[in-house]
Amino acid sequence: MSTPIGVDAIAAKGWPRAHQWLLLRRISQIGILALFLLGPWFGVWIVKGNLTSSLTLNMLPLTDPFVLLQTVFAGHLPRTTALTGALVVLMFYFLVGGRVYCSWVCPVNIVTDAAGRLRTRLGLKDSLHLARSLRYWLLGMSLGVAALTGTVAWELVNPVSMLHRGLLFGFGLAGVVVPAVFLFDLLVSTRGWCGHLCPVGAFYSVVGRYSPLRISATNRAGCNDCMDCFAVCPEPQVIGPALKGSVKNIGPLILSPNCTNCGRCIDVCSKNVFHWSTRYNNSFPTSIAPKTEVLS
Amino acid sequence: MLHLQQKSDSAPRQDRRRFLANIAKTACGVALIGAGLGTYARQTSALPAHALRPPGALPEQDFLGACVRCGLCVRDCPYHALDLARLGDGVTTGTPYFTARKVPCEMCDDIPCVKACPTGALNHDLTEIDKARMGLAVIVDHENCLNYQGLRCDVCYRVCPAMNKAITLELMHNPRSDKHALFIPTVHSDHCTGCGKCEKSCVLEQAAIKVLPLTLAKGELGHHYRFGWQEQQKAGHTLTPNIIELPVRRPEGTP
Repeated sequence: MSTPIGVDAIAAKGWPRAHQWLLLRRISQIGILALFLLGPWFGVWIVKGNLTSSLTLNMLPLTDPFVLLQTVFAGHLPRTTALTGALVVLMFYFLVGGRVYCSWVCPVNIVTDAAGRLRTRLGLKDSLHLARSLRYWLLGMSLGVAALTGTVAWELVNPVSMLHRGLLFGFGLAGVVVPAVFLFDLLVSTRGWCGHLCPVGAFYSVVGRYSPLRISATNRAGCNDCMDCFAVCPEPQVIGPALKGSVKNIGPLILSPNCTNCGRCIDVCSKNVFHWSTRYNNSFPTSIAPKTEVLS
Repeated sequence: MLHLQQKSDSAPRQDRRRFLANIAKTACGVALIGAGLGTYARQTSALPAHALRPPGALPEQDFLGACVRCGLCVRDCPYHALDLARLGDGVTTGTPYFTARKVPCEMCDDIPCVKACPTGALNHDLTEIDKARMGLAVIVDHENCLNYQGLRCDVCYRVCPAMNKAITLELMHNPRSDKHALFIPTVHSDHCTGCGKCEKSCVLEQAAIKVLPLTLAKGELGHHYRFGWQEQQKAGHTLTPNIIELPVRRPEGTP
């Protein structure tokens, strides 16, 4: 790849539209963080608590269902406040796509996106190969350790909660965890943390397994194989089946639960291949005859 | 059919072998990480004696499985006594605690910290703050406590929210002067909430009275121990009748 990612898109659509979803995502991530920080920094208490459990406007409880599930595995039956909060969060992410949490809310995403960008800029190609399924193993492990030790053990090391809690309540030595994740993604493994290891992301992948809101390569016939979407996508394995599926008779919807609905593929495509869609909209004009007809 | 499959499927069988080997490798690796995490979790679950949990906190082991480290109790504490432990504080990372000598619990009547807890790690059954048991005050240093020297410091006694109940001053003979009294501060566990105001107010450089976790502060009688005088009172008569009265031998000339 000689040209930097997205040059074609900027030329075709202009810079703002070629970064539309990225900007919206950053506004969302920083805005949510700002809402939390308004309290401790300026004494304006719209949201109290942190991402694991919070109270908005003194009435809306929101609880991270993954952390709450760990307490259940640890043998605790949470009160209705936390259960309600977790249910609201579950419903929301089920509707908009589980990993919307990762790309639109999670503060670590900004860190790992920066590492990913820098990696591309510096042309670092060496990457430790990790299986993308490893995160599900770690998800299982975190719940298993919770059950065996009777403590919410993963939260002792979880960079996601450590970063968010650190910003709101002070880091202590946890300050080293965030640079560690950054350096790991930069020097050890491409998209290593969010794309391979993080059990929070794995949990939200499960939540979003049947989410209605999906991205679709609706206009895949227009693809000019520039590969920019693959290069910019944090989970590039999810694009292939949808973008190149017409020969295999696969619909244009990106149905993998690992897709974070970040919308960067929409941004960087100069041919406007990708659009927001729903999972009920997977029909496509067949370019080849269905197999059954060939056989008969 | 089995024979046929074995012959024709040698390539898939190799694939399957590699697949199973990969799974085994991953499982071992992840189990190892899990063992490390579990060990770390157990190591860090020991609460240092100076760190006190908010009122209503479940017993420490249950608390660590119930608290999601959200900090809502910290935010609702009007006296900013509570803090979430930072990595390196020695307290399980992210969990709420207070240090009596820095900021003790002010024992709010409405217990806002407990009300704020979404999971029940702080037990909502606690509705009267006097029933909280965050720890137990103990006079740890008789050698430096001023009252033990026969002085009338009495500060711990006077700042105690349950004055004259949780801490009483017990009169004793002062052998140094031989004519004054010692007013010995004495903590009673049936009233002490462990709020830490006594420790905070102790006038010494290092507090002579400290709030300790109940597990450290309390002794426990042998389950078969009986005090004769209590049993006698319960029974209404002596339990050892026919005991022989021995003559008391005194130096000559004394009555």
